[in-house]
Amino acid sequence: MPILKTHNLSIGYLRRKQVYVVQKDLNIELKAGELVCLIGPNGAGKSTLLRTLSGLQKSIVGSVVVDSLSIDKLSLSKKALLISLVLTEKVEIDNTTVYDLVAFGRHPYSNLWGSKNDEDEISINEAIQLVHLENKRDSLINELSDGEKQRALIAKALAQDTPIIMLDEPTAHLDLPNRVEIMLLLHRLAHKTDKAILLSTHELDLALQAADKIWLMGNDGLKCGVPEDLVFNGSFNETFESKSYFFNTSNGNFSMNYPMTKQVSVKGDKLRMYWTFRALARAGYEVVESAPVEIRIAEMSWKVADKEFLTVEELLKYLDGAVTQ
Amino acid sequence: MKSRNAIFFLVLSLITIVLFLSDLIFGSIKIPLSEVFTVFGGTHDRTLNSEILLNFRLPKAITAVLAGASLSVAGLLMQTLFRNPLADPYILGVSSGASLGVALITMASGILPVMLVNSGWAMIIAAVIGAALILLLVVGVSFHIRNSVSLLIVGIMFGTIAGSVVSVLQNFSNPDAIKLFVMWTFGSLSSVTWTYMQVLLPVSFLGLIMAFLLQKKLDGLLLGENYARGLGISIVKTRFFVVIATGLLAGGITAFTGPIAFVGVAIPHIARGLFKTSSHKILLPVSLLCGASLLLICDIISQIPAYTLPINTISSLFGAPIIVWIILKRK
Repeated sequence: MPILKTHNLSIGYLRRKQVYVVQKDLNIELKAGELVCLIGPNGAGKSTLLRTLSGLQKSIVGSVVVDSLSIDKLSLSKKALLISLVLTEKVEIDNTTVYDLVAFGRHPYSNLWGSKNDEDEISINEAIQLVHLENKRDSLINELSDGEKQRALIAKALAQDTPIIMLDEPTAHLDLPNRVEIMLLLHRLAHKTDKAILLSTHELDLALQAADKIWLMGNDGLKCGVPEDLVFNGSFNETFESKSYFFNTSNGNFSMNYPMTKQVSVKGDKLRMYWTFRALARAGYEVVESAPVEIRIAEMSWKVADKEFLTVEELLKYLDGAVTQ
Repeated sequence: MKSRNAIFFLVLSLITIVLFLSDLIFGSIKIPLSEVFTVFGGTHDRTLNSEILLNFRLPKAITAVLAGASLSVAGLLMQTLFRNPLADPYILGVSSGASLGVALITMASGILPVMLVNSGWAMIIAAVIGAALILLLVVGVSFHIRNSVSLLIVGIMFGTIAGSVVSVLQNFSNPDAIKLFVMWTFGSLSSVTWTYMQVLLPVSFLGLIMAFLLQKKLDGLLLGENYARGLGISIVKTRFFVVIATGLLAGGITAFTGPIAFVGVAIPHIARGLFKTSSHKILLPVSLLCGASLLLICDIISQIPAYTLPINTISSLFGAPIIVWIILKRK
């Protein structure tokens, strides 16, 4: 039984009384205990979809059903008990500790005065533990690194104790270790806390590794599935179709389409071969079975005819003169 | 941390009480503290001192407390709503509206019936109508605007329009009328008599109560509008109540005392600096007490020279350096 479901949902926006539809006929499901990554090129409507699903924005046609209730009929305070958000907006509050920030997550549960009871305390501390910020509990949020701040905001969403958490580009502005860390954390949280976690991201390789499901949003619609299935059925190449790069199904990355006008042949060790291919591709060489110029890969060097090169740079410099189109 | 805050709060309350009593004691005639208590005890003869105390200094001190508290709390509301440290209670154009009302009464009085102009209430009613009108416009606009920053700009624009109309009126007025208007803009705590107090007190109290009821939602606003909505806070509703509370607090005070600068913008920063927090549960009462204290100090200072200085100049002389200090400290 999915916790969130859409029926023929069209998303978009109103401007000057005119409706601009970004995506239509979306029928998607979000299940508990699942990490779902929403991927797509800029302008495909990722943020619009997140905003519509979280009820921050109205749908154009169709409905979003959360916990078997239509989101349009839910009051703001009811919604706050079902969906928590981590947004791209900057949170900068003076004199506020990590604990204070996470405590905001308890707002939907507290009374008019916002006083905290024991249950709130427990939730807050648990959330801080889940994101491993125990040692920063009393640090001011303005003194945290970007990665720690993002984790604190995730803790705030956890303290809100909702079955669904939605995150808009949680790994943007973070360095690689922190991006991996956040993705791993979210993956673990989805499985450990049995929450449905939906996030939008541009980190294709990370999403492919961490996501239980991928929502692939292109200009021609939304494809859902387990990452590997989407790789096999060519969805990635369709969605990100372009002349200048292609989705490399062998490693889950984008590879650039270089114009290859010259031919060489290469023989030798596997690992060095991979990197040699890359360098050759960049320089515009197509590697073929047999060509007038043959590169032999030795243990520490490259050999062409009777010449030996110790670096790729030297090799490419030589090829530049030796190979003609 | 909590006990430290409690002690700070207690000290602050005591300071406010001491300043309140000092404000009663000092002035052109010094009235000893013992006499203050006998007068309040009720067993006293009607003397010159008791007259001064009961009908002049006491309402003036209460007005100082109300004005300081109201303007500081209103300033805090605006700074939180707009997430702008330099927002003040007048930023929505409330005081410009009030001054337009007063300008019409003092300078365009030729077109109004004489009895209206000469009554003491005239200026107050004009100020209230002026402030309320601008406020209604801003509230009306607030329902159509998603973004609070746009609301801020609209407020400033309404204020500018009102200010221009005042300038036009000044251009065509005689010096006496202009002087009367300028005197009003200097601000005065002593113009609030017991009769006026019957109106000012409930208006200020209502505004303060509204502000205190909003404290949890104000905290939520600190996160930004979308995060606040994610926590179940309705931005439009909250904004509406914040604007109304600010209107009651700033509009009410301005109508009775004239504009008093800088208290509203400076005090919330002092409160944040003293208690090292952004929580409105603490900031609201602390701003209230600090604001009351500051205006009591200003009032005491304004009595020192032989000729009483206008309160607006004193509060500016105090407030401006504080603003500079804040900016320098923020780096």
